[in-house]
Amino acid sequence: MEVPPSDASLAARVRAGCAPLWRIPGGLLQGFGAYCLLMAEAFNLPRDLRPSLYARNLATQMVQVGIDSIPIVSLATAFSGGVVVVQAIYQLENPLLPLSIVGTFAEQSILLELGTLVTAFVLCGRVGARIAAELGTMRVKEQIDALEAMGLNSRSFLVVPRVLAGVLMFPVLYVVAATVGMVMGGVVAELSGVLTIQTYWEGARLFFRPYDVFFGLVKSLVFGFVITSIACYTGYNAEGGAEGVGKATTRAAVLGCVWVLFADYACAALLL
Amino acid sequence: MIQIRDLSKSFGGNAVLRNVDLDVPEGEVTCVIGRSGSGKSVLMRHIVGLLEPDSGRVIVDGAPLDELTYSELRQVRRKFGVLFQGGALFDSMSARDNVEFPLRTFTDLTPNEIRQRADECLELVELPDAGPKKPAELSGGQQKRVALARAIAIEPKYILYDEPTSGLDPETSNTIDELIHRLGTTMGTTSVVVTHDMHSVLSIADRIAFVHEGTIPWTGTVDDLHRAESETLLAFVRANEYKIGVPSETA
Ligand SMILES: Nc1ncnc2c1ncn2[C@@H]1O[C@H](COP(=O)(O)OP(=O)(O)O)[C@@H](O)[C@H]1O
Ligand SMILES: [Mg+2]
Repeated sequence: MEVPPSDASLAARVRAGCAPLWRIPGGLLQGFGAYCLLMAEAFNLPRDLRPSLYARNLATQMVQVGIDSIPIVSLATAFSGGVVVVQAIYQLENPLLPLSIVGTFAEQSILLELGTLVTAFVLCGRVGARIAAELGTMRVKEQIDALEAMGLNSRSFLVVPRVLAGVLMFPVLYVVAATVGMVMGGVVAELSGVLTIQTYWEGARLFFRPYDVFFGLVKSLVFGFVITSIACYTGYNAEGGAEGVGKATTRAAVLGCVWVLFADYACAALLL
Repeated sequence: MIQIRDLSKSFGGNAVLRNVDLDVPEGEVTCVIGRSGSGKSVLMRHIVGLLEPDSGRVIVDGAPLDELTYSELRQVRRKFGVLFQGGALFDSMSARDNVEFPLRTFTDLTPNEIRQRADECLELVELPDAGPKKPAELSGGQQKRVALARAIAIEPKYILYDEPTSGLDPETSNTIDELIHRLGTTMGTTSVVVTHDMHSVLSIADRIAFVHEGTIPWTGTVDDLHRAESETLLAFVRANEYKIGVPSETA
C-alpha cells in the first residue's frame, strides 16, 4: 500500500489540479479580446482594396454559405415543423380548445424560435465548421502567410467576405426554413386526420404578427454574424498541423452553438 | 538593399536566432546555407515582417520594418516575391489562378496580358500544362515550381526562395538554378536563396551566408569558400560534396 499523502500535499495537489479552472475566465477574456481585435482589424478595410476582388469572394461565399445550405436547412426545419404539430395535437386534450390552435402554436414556435435556432445549429456544423477548417488549413499550410507576404491584408481578405455572406444569407435561409417548417406542419396536420390544413392555416393566421417575422430576420442576421465570425476567429488562429485544424473546427462548432444560445436570449430580452 | 541588424528571436525558451547581422546587396544572389533546423526559414520570415524580432531590426530600402504602420509594411511587402518552403499554394485555386492571383490583385494588366504573363511564368518553371490542375493534383516538386511561378509573376524587386530545389530531380534543379541566376542578371532582381544544396550554391551564389546554431559565423563569396577555415562550415560543405560526388575544386 502507498503511504497516504499528508493533508498539506493533498491540498497542494487539489490546488494544482484546480489551477486550470482559474485560468478559464482569464482565457475566455483573452480569447474574447483577440476575437474583437480580429473583427476590428478585418473590418477596418484597407483603402487600396480592389472591390472586384472582394465582390468575387463574396459571391463565392454567398453561394457556399447560402445556396448550398438550403437542402440541409429545409430538411431540419421540415422535421421540426412536423414534430411541433404532432406534439401540439398530442397535448390537445382539452376539448374546449379549438383545433386551429395547433396552427397558432406552430406559427409561434417556428417563426419565433425553431426557424432561427434549428437553422443556426445546423449551420454551426455546415457553415461554421467548413469556414474554420478552410481557414485553419490555410493557416497551417502557410497560405495565410503567403497572402500577407504578398502585401495583402489577409484578415480583411478572408474574414470580411465570409462574415458578410453569413449576415446576408442567414435571413434568406430563415425565410426558407420558416416556409418549409410551416408547410410541413400543415402537411402533418392534414395527415393526422385530427384537423384539416385549412383549420391549421386559420389558426396560424389568427395570431400572426409581422413583427414576429421581423424578429426572426433580425435574429438570423445576428446568428449569421456570430457563427461565421467565430469560425473565422478559430480558423484564422489555428496552429499545429492537422490536429490544430481539427481543434479549430470543433471549437468553431461548439463555441458557435454556445454563443448562438446567448445571442438568442439577448435578442429575446431586447426585442420582445 | 536588405539589412538585418543584431536580430534575435526565440520561441519559448528556444533561442533560434542570436544577434544576427546580414546585408543583402542589390542585384545579387545571396545564398543562406546551413543545416536543417538552424533557423534559415525563421530568418527569411523576418525579412518580410511575418515574424517580429525580440530585439534587433530588419531594414528594407532604408525602412525599418518595426517602425512602419501595417499599411506601410504591406507596401514594402509588395516589393517581394516569396517562395515558401512548402509552396503555400492556395489549394482552392488552380495552378493558373495561383499564378494570376498577384497579377490580378496588384497590377493593372488586362485579363489578356495576365493570361499571357501566367503562361510565361509557368513556361519558365517548365510546367506549361499545369495551368488547369489543382495543387492537390500536382507532385510536391511541381507545386513548388508553380509557387515559384507565382512568386516571380509580378517581377518583384526582391525574391526570397526557401529551398527552391529541395525535392526536385537534378535536371529540374538545374533549370530552377538557371532561372534564379537569369532573373538576377536580366531583371536586376535581388535574390535570397535559402538552401542546403551546395551544388545550387556553387552555381548561383554571388554571396553566401552560413547560418549555424542561430548565428551567422561566416559570410563570403564562392571564392572565399575555398579559402574558408571555419571547421563547422567546412564540415557542412564536405557533407554536401560527398553526397553529390563533386569535389569543390571542379564544381
Ligand atoms: N513558429 C514557431 N514556433 C516555435 N518554434 C519554431 C517556430 N518556427 C520555427 N521554430 C523553431 O526554430 C528552429 C529553426 O527552424 P527553421 O528556421 O524552420 O529551420 P531551417 O533552418 O531548417 O529552415 C527549429 O528548431 C524550430 O523548431
Ligand atoms: Mg526551413
